[in-house]
Amino acid sequence: MATEGPQENETVSSLRSEAETLKGKLEEERAKLHDVELHQVAERTEGLGQFVMKTRRTLKGHGNKVLCMDWCRDKRRIVSSSQDGKVIVWDAFTTNKEHAVTMPCTWVMACAYAPSGCAIACGGLDNKCSVYPLTFDKNETMAAKKKSVAMHTNYLSACSFTNSDMQGCDKKAMVWDMRSGQCIQSFETHESDINSVRYFPSGDAFASGSDDATCRLYDLRADREVAIYSKDSIIFGASSVDFSLSGRLLFGGYNDYTINVWDVLKGTRVSILFGHENRVSTLRVSPDGTAFSSGSWDHTLRIWA
Amino acid sequence: MSTNNIAQARKMVEQLRIEAGIERIKVSKAAVDLMNYCEQRARNDPLLVGVPASENPFKDKKPCTIL
Repeated sequence: MATEGPQENETVSSLRSEAETLKGKLEEERAKLHDVELHQVAERTEGLGQFVMKTRRTLKGHGNKVLCMDWCRDKRRIVSSSQDGKVIVWDAFTTNKEHAVTMPCTWVMACAYAPSGCAIACGGLDNKCSVYPLTFDKNETMAAKKKSVAMHTNYLSACSFTNSDMQGCDKKAMVWDMRSGQCIQSFETHESDINSVRYFPSGDAFASGSDDATCRLYDLRADREVAIYSKDSIIFGASSVDFSLSGRLLFGGYNDYTINVWDVLKGTRVSILFGHENRVSTLRVSPDGTAFSSGSWDHTLRIWA
Repeated sequence: MSTNNIAQARKMVEQLRIEAGIERIKVSKAAVDLMNYCEQRARNDPLLVGVPASENPFKDKKPCTIL
């Protein structure tokens, strides 16, 4: 046992140097396949015309920052959560509020609509993920039917009804195999925290939005970053990103109150949308791609089309 | 303490071995696939091509006046 010391140290340092060698090999392998840039290949594609996107609805009702939102599969209902502790279900066509739940905590940072449309999940500083079945029965209060489905050791920052296979972990984006619980790929090219990740519609790539004021596209089969969406004039972090139905457009909500619309293939910005009066904190395209919704620290949600 | 260090270092090496060993394709192929995917679906992307107000529930139609 007394001879364990030096042997252990050898193992640790030999493991560490093996790790460095592997990191080098990883970079080498990735570089070998980096034969062209995405935007060069995309020169063959037609450019996009002028975009006219406007706020079509403004959803007012939250008493504080909107932190998260999600669309219902019926393409018209939306659930949103806020620092005011409330979770509201809206009919985005009419702007009516259909349900409202007051959470036992403020900062409800995550909310999601069940694929069935019959329930919502939410959580935040209460460290729990709770599921509320949606009922129109006036005799039942939603709070009474609430079910806690998960206890975390810290606050809930995101929840989703489908397997959320990605996680922005500081500057690293990691891709997990949900069956094995294994991280199978990781990407660390952002210069600051990643706030949002979203799969490209085909599932072969994903986009990320970061505090370094850029959005990036990573291709999973090429195992590398293939595009950076940035401009010298954009200096505030991107909080939330989502793709249009075909994947050609990437919408990014930023901390400078704007939404930038990017041509995913050519890497250029096609539009900038103004309207929010504070940070855009959450952004999602509707299930049928006819519109997208943005939530902001200005207490409102906007529907754009 | 030291067993933790070894365990951590082993885990990191294992993880890197997995990541280094995955199959990759060339960016040129990946890029073409992304492009084709977008092109095939462009026509059906409402935010990309725009849909007339009559078909988009969020775009207001001209209000009717009741005489």
